[in-house]
Amino acid sequence: MSLNRAFIGRSQSWDEVYEVSREKIRDYALATGDMHPAYTDAKVARSLGYPDVIAPPSFAVMLFFRYGGWPLYDGTFGKKKAPVCVHRAQRATHYRPIHAGDRLLQTTVVNDVTDIGPHEQFTMTHEISTVEGERVCTIVNTIISRGTAGVEGQ
Amino acid sequence: MASRIRYEDVEVGTPVPPCEFNVLRVQLLRFCGACSDYTGTHWNERIAKSVGLPDVIAHGTFTIAEAVRMVSDWIGDPGAVLGYEATFCNPVVVPDDDRGAMLHVMGVVEEKLDAKRVVLRLTVKSRDIKVVSGARVTARLS
Repeated sequence: MSLNRAFIGRSQSWDEVYEVSREKIRDYALATGDMHPAYTDAKVARSLGYPDVIAPPSFAVMLFFRYGGWPLYDGTFGKKKAPVCVHRAQRATHYRPIHAGDRLLQTTVVNDVTDIGPHEQFTMTHEISTVEGERVCTIVNTIISRGTAGVEGQ
Repeated sequence: MASRIRYEDVEVGTPVPPCEFNVLRVQLLRFCGACSDYTGTHWNERIAKSVGLPDVIAHGTFTIAEAVRMVSDWIGDPGAVLGYEATFCNPVVVPDDDRGAMLHVMGVVEEKLDAKRVVLRLTVKSRDIKVVSGARVTARLS
């Protein structure tokens, strides 16, 4: 079934705070294989001018899986479990690096849903800020739903 | 922020030292866990093949994380990476063997902006195929 265009422009935010810990940053850095000491050694991070260890530039994307996937879990959006989605594009803009101790909130808006040949693609923007209201990062993700264009609903 | 590369020392066309990254299945599993993305195409051959892929593929975010790492290693301060953009144009296929896949990353200064910022254009290939298009990283130099 085609994705529901009524979702275009919808936005959702959560009250639950994402607390950035040193250990999560370490795990994430280890998983990328990028072991720059600013991710794991607070002394090095402080020598570079940060209050604590910082997160790799792609770290913020992960908040999608906690807060940003709500259209995918909403039956009225029309995204089925199969076929699985494919990641098409990503843009990250940091206003400052994320660091351990940050308490983050994310707001997600569905920007667009369009047909791309037999597939559909949807774009979402995730605005990440601190609980104090400081803007930290904007992530834009474009995801392809394979083979769902022009398919009638059930 | 403390980039070890000075804005005055680069011009449009200045290359970034190229890097190679080996990607094994176990790294994809680690990345699934670290970012909570358990999409089957990143760990399950049966699911990958069912959607027309030749084998398990790397996460787009993993691929761009590796590519951006080339820039943060060059400038010495990952916090001086201000942003990036990328389109994942071909999958990074990671076979279930001891060799995995190789990512070859090259970069060049494309534009000098104000406030000591530069835009770097990256080329990311695996098996001689471009896997990322339009990859750009914005960084602040010192």
